Amino acid sequence: MPFLINLLPSRNYLSLISGVILLLLIYSCGTDTEKISYNKDIRPILNENCLTCHGGIKQLGEFSLLFEEDVYLPTESGKPAIVPGKRNKSELYKRISHADPEYRMPQEADALSAEQIEIIGKWIDEGAIWEAHWSFQVPEVQEVPDDLSNWAINNIDAFILERLEREGLNPQPEADRETLVRRLSLDLIGLPPNPQEVDKFLNDKSSDAYEHLVDRLMDSPHYGEKWAALWLDLARYADSKGYEKDPPRTIWRYRDWVINAFNQDMPFDQFTIEQLAGDLLDAPTPQQLIATAFNRNTMTNTEGGTEDEEFRIAAVIDRVNTTFEVWQSLTIGCVQCHDHPYDPIRQKEYYQAFAFFNGSQDSDLSLELPVYKQFSKEDEEEILELVDRVKLLKAQAGSGSKGFVEEKIKEAIFPTLLPSQVDEFNNVIIYGDGLLSNWSNNVNTQKDKEYYFLYSNIDFTDFEGITLEFSTGGKDVNILVFIDSLKGQQLLAMELPFTGGLRGAEFEGKNRFQSKTWKYEQVVSGHHNLIFQMVNTSGKAPEGIAMLNKIQLEYKNQRFADQKLISLQNKLMDLRKKADHTPIMRERNVFQRTTNVLERGNYLVLGEEVQMGVPSSLPEFSNDLTPDRLGLALWMVSDQNPLTGRVLVNRLWEQLFGIGIVETAEDFGTQGSPPSHPELLDYLARQALDTHNWSVKNILKEIVMSATYRQSSKMTAEKLEKDPYNRLLSRGPRFRLSAEQIRDQSLTVSGLLERKVGGKSVMPPQPDGIWNVVYSNHKWETKPEDKYRRGIYTFWRRTTPYPSMISFDSPSREFCVSRRIRTNTPLQALITLNDPVYLETSIALAGRMIEAAPNDTKQAIRAGYKIALSKEPDQETVEILADLYHNANREMKGELVSSGEYQSNQMDAMSVVANAIMNLDEFVTKE
Amino acid sequence: MSILEEARLAQAEYSTRRHFLKACSMGLGAVALNSLTGLNSFAATPDGSTNQLGLPHFAPKAKRVIYLHMAGSPSQLELFDYKPELERLNQQLCPPSLLEGKRFAFINGTPKMLGPQAKFSQHGQSRAWVSDRLPKFSSMVDEVCFLKAVHTDQFNHAPAQLLLYSGSPRLGRPSMGSWVTYGLGSENEDLPGFVVFVSGGGTPSAGKSVWGSGFLPTVYQGVQCRSHGEPVLYVNNPKGVSRNLRKQSIEAINKINQKQYQEFQDPEILTRISQYEMAFKMQMSVPDAMDISKEPKYIHKMYGTEPGKTSFANNCVLARRLAERGVRFIQLFHWGWDSHGAGAAEALNIGFKQRCKEVDGAMTALLTDLKQRGLLDDTLIVWGGEFGRTPMMENRSGVDNPYLGRDHHTEAFTMWMAGGGIKPGISYGETDEIGYYGIKDRVHIHDLQATILHTLGLDHLKLTYPFQGRDFRLTDVHGNLVKGILA
Repeated sequence: MPFLINLLPSRNYLSLISGVILLLLIYSCGTDTEKISYNKDIRPILNENCLTCHGGIKQLGEFSLLFEEDVYLPTESGKPAIVPGKRNKSELYKRISHADPEYRMPQEADALSAEQIEIIGKWIDEGAIWEAHWSFQVPEVQEVPDDLSNWAINNIDAFILERLEREGLNPQPEADRETLVRRLSLDLIGLPPNPQEVDKFLNDKSSDAYEHLVDRLMDSPHYGEKWAALWLDLARYADSKGYEKDPPRTIWRYRDWVINAFNQDMPFDQFTIEQLAGDLLDAPTPQQLIATAFNRNTMTNTEGGTEDEEFRIAAVIDRVNTTFEVWQSLTIGCVQCHDHPYDPIRQKEYYQAFAFFNGSQDSDLSLELPVYKQFSKEDEEEILELVDRVKLLKAQAGSGSKGFVEEKIKEAIFPTLLPSQVDEFNNVIIYGDGLLSNWSNNVNTQKDKEYYFLYSNIDFTDFEGITLEFSTGGKDVNILVFIDSLKGQQLLAMELPFTGGLRGAEFEGKNRFQSKTWKYEQVVSGHHNLIFQMVNTSGKAPEGIAMLNKIQLEYKNQRFADQKLISLQNKLMDLRKKADHTPIMRERNVFQRTTNVLERGNYLVLGEEVQMGVPSSLPEFSNDLTPDRLGLALWMVSDQNPLTGRVLVNRLWEQLFGIGIVETAEDFGTQGSPPSHPELLDYLARQALDTHNWSVKNILKEIVMSATYRQSSKMTAEKLEKDPYNRLLSRGPRFRLSAEQIRDQSLTVSGLLERKVGGKSVMPPQPDGIWNVVYSNHKWETKPEDKYRRGIYTFWRRTTPYPSMISFDSPSREFCVSRRIRTNTPLQALITLNDPVYLETSIALAGRMIEAAPNDTKQAIRAGYKIALSKEPDQETVEILADLYHNANREMKGELVSSGEYQSNQMDAMSVVANAIMNLDEFVTKE
Repeated sequence: MSILEEARLAQAEYSTRRHFLKACSMGLGAVALNSLTGLNSFAATPDGSTNQLGLPHFAPKAKRVIYLHMAGSPSQLELFDYKPELERLNQQLCPPSLLEGKRFAFINGTPKMLGPQAKFSQHGQSRAWVSDRLPKFSSMVDEVCFLKAVHTDQFNHAPAQLLLYSGSPRLGRPSMGSWVTYGLGSENEDLPGFVVFVSGGGTPSAGKSVWGSGFLPTVYQGVQCRSHGEPVLYVNNPKGVSRNLRKQSIEAINKINQKQYQEFQDPEILTRISQYEMAFKMQMSVPDAMDISKEPKYIHKMYGTEPGKTSFANNCVLARRLAERGVRFIQLFHWGWDSHGAGAAEALNIGFKQRCKEVDGAMTALLTDLKQRGLLDDTLIVWGGEFGRTPMMENRSGVDNPYLGRDHHTEAFTMWMAGGGIKPGISYGETDEIGYYGIKDRVHIHDLQATILHTLGLDHLKLTYPFQGRDFRLTDVHGNLVKGILA
């Protein structure tokens, strides 16, 4: 290779020079006795230059730098790449410093700098000591820096001030009271204060006036609405199922659960446990079941021809990724296919975490079973009364129903079993109309697929037979019935007769179901599981398809055959249809699944079988914990978990200051950004656990009480230069409001806001043509009482989200989003100028302005400005707006508002002024 | 005083504080000035002189870019990269001799090969290979430069799209269109400099970030427009509010915002001021630019447009209209090319075919139309996905899959460029006999970025922005100009 030969001498020459530089460097570093830190000095070099080939995805030369246990192992050559204490015996060092580009690492890239090579060499000489990434170490109790200033109010300030002093910056003094009351109100309840509240605070001269304000705001029912918004992004909450058809989903009760949990200040550990494992608690309450809908916010694919198992797996994967991002800020989605490229998490460990979520009953069914049924108050009362009457007639002992209405109905209508009341199911489809089938959208009836379902705890005393109501598409379907398990006593194994077809025009208005009864002698006694299996014997459709409508158990002595009883039961079944269904988590107990590694994340390619577990770089999953979601939740909130506390306080901090102490709120791994104030982060994390016992309100209170938070948000040239993004907190937070806040604020200052807390999602007006729904006649319809609700209640359809929410940077809620990136675009201006919603709020604010000073334009403007911004405008601002008023008065011909109540164009012109006020930078900004 | 005069006056006012703004290490001063002067333009400097940033670095060949992104990544092996050897090996296990020495990211063992799922023939004087999936486009090959051996680092959609558009697979860097409008501004002060259209039923996997401005001021992010209905939501004033009154109200808002800026000195306020000005201009110019019903019949026929619908064809006509009006960076995303074969929509023999039909006529018409109007000379067209597809069939073992598909492939794929500054009628780069690996004239994504910037008169090494103590650029620390394709 002449080419190479020609090159070599000059390369050697170059390396000579670099050698000289190296020597100089070593000389200059000679006095520096500080030890090399792996995390500070080495890890960034390795991440940037080495891990692509020697990390989690590839281990070229059988060498990986990702896991401590791998680093010192022999490589392909038989020798270890790192020999602690000896740089010259370490292949790693030899290769990064090699003169020949053929051998030099990193390959096909620029060489490391002489300085970097020397740092690595020194690190090896010092023993090549490994350190776990900072966020994987439990936060320690922090010593609060001494603080002699009179600026600081609490410990937070000491940390902030110490850093500011190091950087040669001063903090800002406290903002004026008008600014503080608005800032606090927007931060704590998401709404601006009204003028009376402002005046009350301004006139409260007591020393704890500020604290009183904080407490009052935290007690408001609107506090939960504000803080739920953060959580709903994480929970990827939406009112639709996602994917192509994206049909509506009823899951708003979960949203209300989140609002209530914040309002009641549910401790964050309890908040975690109920969402991850409410169903596994002893005798869970309905609310604890609703909380588990957190994990049912995954998307469901209802598109024809889709394999339910594929999308069930996709949902489970999403649960793993979301859970680890929400509580641990680890981005482990990539590990579903391979070891993490940069963080020490192995693929097998991913599937161990996956196993926690793999046992739930849901399986991508359109009906989204399992669900929690909830009735309106009136319906519930009627149901309970009927249930009592049934009980009397049946002379039933009030047995095991856990107090849930659905359980009571199930008991009352027994011995009728409805398909949608199955306790567990495997592969069968349960449709919205209550039918159960071994068929789905033409593709999913197969010969060797296992279709079964069960009812648990069935009373077999006096049992003597089963009646099925069914229709079939041919003669190729068998039904099998077992007691206890699929290996238990077989009650029945029969071919179902052909009923003439499944559905279609010919059955319009006619009963397409046939009944058939099978009778038995005494089989067993006591309570047992009753299991049904459906087999498509040929694999053909429709010949091998059956649909079940109802299952009736028969008992001796006509035990349940009373006509009066039956009519009550029919009434109950009718009422039952009026429920709304919230998808929840429920474990399979009988049809348990095993979990395997999915090679490359492909659900069809099973690798080794795994058991539940957590990544070994994180704290151990202790033996006291049950191996289920409840154990996982307890592990998350244990005081040994290094991440949960830090992640939580960082999220709260980000909401208040616009940027987290760890900027990458979604990633505390090695690729995330390092904390700006590591000691403060750890201090707050320890406070959350040790002092505040996970009370979110108390954590927030400590932060908003600080002088740091109360600073004026004014910049100076010096601050802009040294602290452009306010990472050092050299001033108070100043940033644009969120999508929800912008809507809510306009509604508030206009007086239009409907303050009802909770309830079904609403459809405020939006332009035509946004809501294009395929395969559905579901419409965007605005109810008058829903026009002015807070943004958090707006119906959230994943594929067509509400336009003004998206324009102001809301995520689409398809996946967990930790951080909204704020943008500033002309489209936002067009919304607040022209969107009919903002037009209405302008008109309403104008009404309030005129009411305040019917005959004095400037006084009206002052009133409007104060309503909107909680402070008095200066004279110049009043003049500018008064000019606008007069121009508008001249320009307008009474077209905007056709109201006879006002003189000339007063209302129209004032609406233009009100609209301008609501478009000011200071209005859309928290400052 | 018109709002434009007002803006100029505002600029003069800001200029008095220029020393402060310039002193700020973030470069925000220059940026704010740019956005307030109505975005500097070539029109203003016909002699080739430079703007405040000293840009362009040299005389540009292209003044604007139309980027046609096929989101999901189409298969080069069904369109442009003809591999008879692959046809011969169809459904056979991949011969070890072909695998030897090749690096595989994930494929273990020996996969099955999948032959081309289309018929290929040569076209034009350049004798370029194009399959029968693109019958119309094959007539344009002499206008086009094919890059046959493009490669990337990222094998998943979102990171690969981010790498392609921001130079980094992670969120937070400015996108290409943002860099370009930051550097050059717009030629039209009434329209956004960077406009995005989406068709095909989905947005790109990486979401809005692929047209985000990262650490550049948000004024440089792409503006997404709808190709049916009101083109930009709420672009019309409410009934009763005349254009003149709107002007007066925005003037009032901005005067108060300027006062606010003087008090708080938050650069975000400057951005908001310019965004309100932009909104005002857009109210006039956008409806006009977006109204494709004004196009003559023959244009509709040529593109296959249907006014009022969302389609790639409609977006192509819109791209031309915006190019005519001097919009700097026009980005089209057409979704649905992720041909894994996991379902009919992803099948090379079904969904992929449909996608080809949707783009074939429209992109051909766009090239023809631009050429006829003399716009092709100074408009750069770029076409491609975020990566390519494997010569191997996607491995879904154990299940009889009725659909044919290919996996994501980073090592080699085809893109094409045409127009300003690019040699027409050539093919650059070659892949091996199965189309797995580029063997000659490989072009990395960073090289592509460097080359696109070059056609616009920008040196990718010099177009930088200081952030967190470092001068960042689109090509990160990489990128080599692809000289072989420059006209």
